[in-house]
Amino acid sequence: MNLAIRDIRRNSGRFALTTIGIGMLLMVVLGMGGIYRGLVDDALVVTRGVGADVWVVQRDTRGPFAEISRLPRSVVDRVATVPGIHGAKEFVFHTIQREHRGKPLRMGVLGLGWPIDKGEGLPLVAGRPLAQNHFEMIADESLGLALGEKLRLAKDTYTVVGLTRWLVASGGDGIACFTSRDAQAIQFDEPGESIRLERRARRARADAIDFGRTQPRVLERAAGTSRDIAALPGPAISAVIAGLAPGVDPANVQRIMGGWGDVTVYTATQQEELLLKGSVDRARRQILLFRVLLTIISAVIMALIIYTLTLDKLHPIALLKLIGAPNRTIMGLILQQSLIMGALAYGVGYLIGMRLFPLFPRRVLVTNDDLLRVAGIVLLISVVASLLGIWKAMRVAPNEAIG
Amino acid sequence: MGEPLALEASGLTKVYGHGHTEVVAMRDATMRVRRGEVVALLGPSGAGKSTFLLCVGLINPPTRGSVAIGGRLIQDGPDSLGDLRRFRREHIGFVFQKSNLIPFLSAVENVQVVGELVGKAPSVARRRAMELLGELGVGARSLNMPTQLSGGEQQRVTVARALANQPSLILADEPTAALDSVRGRQVMQLFRDVSHTHGTAVIVVTHDHRALDVFDTIYEMEDGVLTQTTHASVLGQRSAG
Repeated sequence: MNLAIRDIRRNSGRFALTTIGIGMLLMVVLGMGGIYRGLVDDALVVTRGVGADVWVVQRDTRGPFAEISRLPRSVVDRVATVPGIHGAKEFVFHTIQREHRGKPLRMGVLGLGWPIDKGEGLPLVAGRPLAQNHFEMIADESLGLALGEKLRLAKDTYTVVGLTRWLVASGGDGIACFTSRDAQAIQFDEPGESIRLERRARRARADAIDFGRTQPRVLERAAGTSRDIAALPGPAISAVIAGLAPGVDPANVQRIMGGWGDVTVYTATQQEELLLKGSVDRARRQILLFRVLLTIISAVIMALIIYTLTLDKLHPIALLKLIGAPNRTIMGLILQQSLIMGALAYGVGYLIGMRLFPLFPRRVLVTNDDLLRVAGIVLLISVVASLLGIWKAMRVAPNEAIG
Repeated sequence: MGEPLALEASGLTKVYGHGHTEVVAMRDATMRVRRGEVVALLGPSGAGKSTFLLCVGLINPPTRGSVAIGGRLIQDGPDSLGDLRRFRREHIGFVFQKSNLIPFLSAVENVQVVGELVGKAPSVARRRAMELLGELGVGARSLNMPTQLSGGEQQRVTVARALANQPSLILADEPTAALDSVRGRQVMQLFRDVSHTHGTAVIVVTHDHRALDVFDTIYEMEDGVLTQTTHASVLGQRSAG
């Protein structure tokens, strides 16, 4: 006869409410882990998605995800000539915020190295990759844009031709993919008045020097477009990404390019580590601390509930001792109740979590490993929670049943 | 050599506290009870009756003296808590003033659990429980929870529980205190019946002098001193009082 279940049956209402309460706490414990996993996964989705083996970034910077990194476009050609490099291409990434349908629209702008990369490798759930060099975009569905929708950015209008799922930046902003030219046009968009003022300033500077006065073409070009002035650089890219030919040691390639004075080279693993240690690390530690606290709180609450349930049945426990029940029967009664409560609470937490987590604004990624780990924690706290009740029950004397 | 006594308590003394707080609750109490004998233990409150029951029930060890149940000397034998508890569940049944049923078990489960504690299969223990409840007239109430039973029915279930493992000794502490005179007498008669039917010795601590005729032997306890007496003596004292 299972005494634990029979006692639970008598206190079913209180037991059920307590179990639901603990279950919701465990759901938060589970969710915290899921939020952390989601953060990590979101942070790595772009770096993994582009499939680069080598990241070439501005000298002494940590790359485009950690800080501003600017490289001239010519670095792509330089990287391509390094032995062992396969498929060097430009990488443009920055974050913008615009107004759309009266609401702020914040997005990560990712430049694809057209025509090599049209976005075929992206996690498309609708539409198609880019099919032309300009004015098309692939948007993550978290941005709320529909297929075929048109969006005005800088001086151009872009059409959404594809939709991705869970393609987000480490900050949680949905990513929109453009050709790198378009991405730069969006990034370096300047108002006409600003351009006119810059041209006038250049003309004034040229006027002020002998060279400008003796060379009329210089004065003419100074007042013209930037692209006509050879001394002025073109729009910068964020990084150069490249693959490695089979069998090539990334350290060798890194050593060759490490000698260049204007770039820093990271392998894909290093880039991921930088990303995780930088933007995600604090969030990770914060979530971990919350998780530990919640686990302790769950254990304390369970211990108190089990202790209270034990206090309620001190008389039956004394009676059981009086009629000769061995200690293991009484310990089993309390331990089983704790384990049943833990198991049911875990089930409640899992079921509610699986329905609630998809509604969260950021991804909550609960893996099987996490489920197993939390199940282990629940088992442990169930045992620990029962100890106080068992201790109390062991102190009850059989003669307390009399009188 | 004759059949061993159901209970042989010799020179039981129980002292609580020590030094200037020392209280002697029972001194040099001796009682011999045969199988099938029904014994009443009378005495005012605080006389030491419950202390005597706790000692012979192996719940509270005496300071001095020995207890033998079914010919087995307990004080010299199994001395660990677990051994005493095992001996208790196999050889002693308890009935108390309050029905003392486990509140989260039904009537039949309250009886069945005792059988399971001695290792009987649940089905065997349940069958035995149903038989006993039927025998004691509460078979129809076997699935009811204790709160759904009347005081008399609860006491019958308690008696059934005490009998579940066919003990050699039943200890009852004021089992009729919560019952009216008719039900009280029914319970006392029940003890006599089960004692004679099952050959179980029964010791009943009681204040109720109205049903003394059901007892084979009467003991009185006053200020911790146990003495054997007779029906006539007790009834005489009562009428004199």
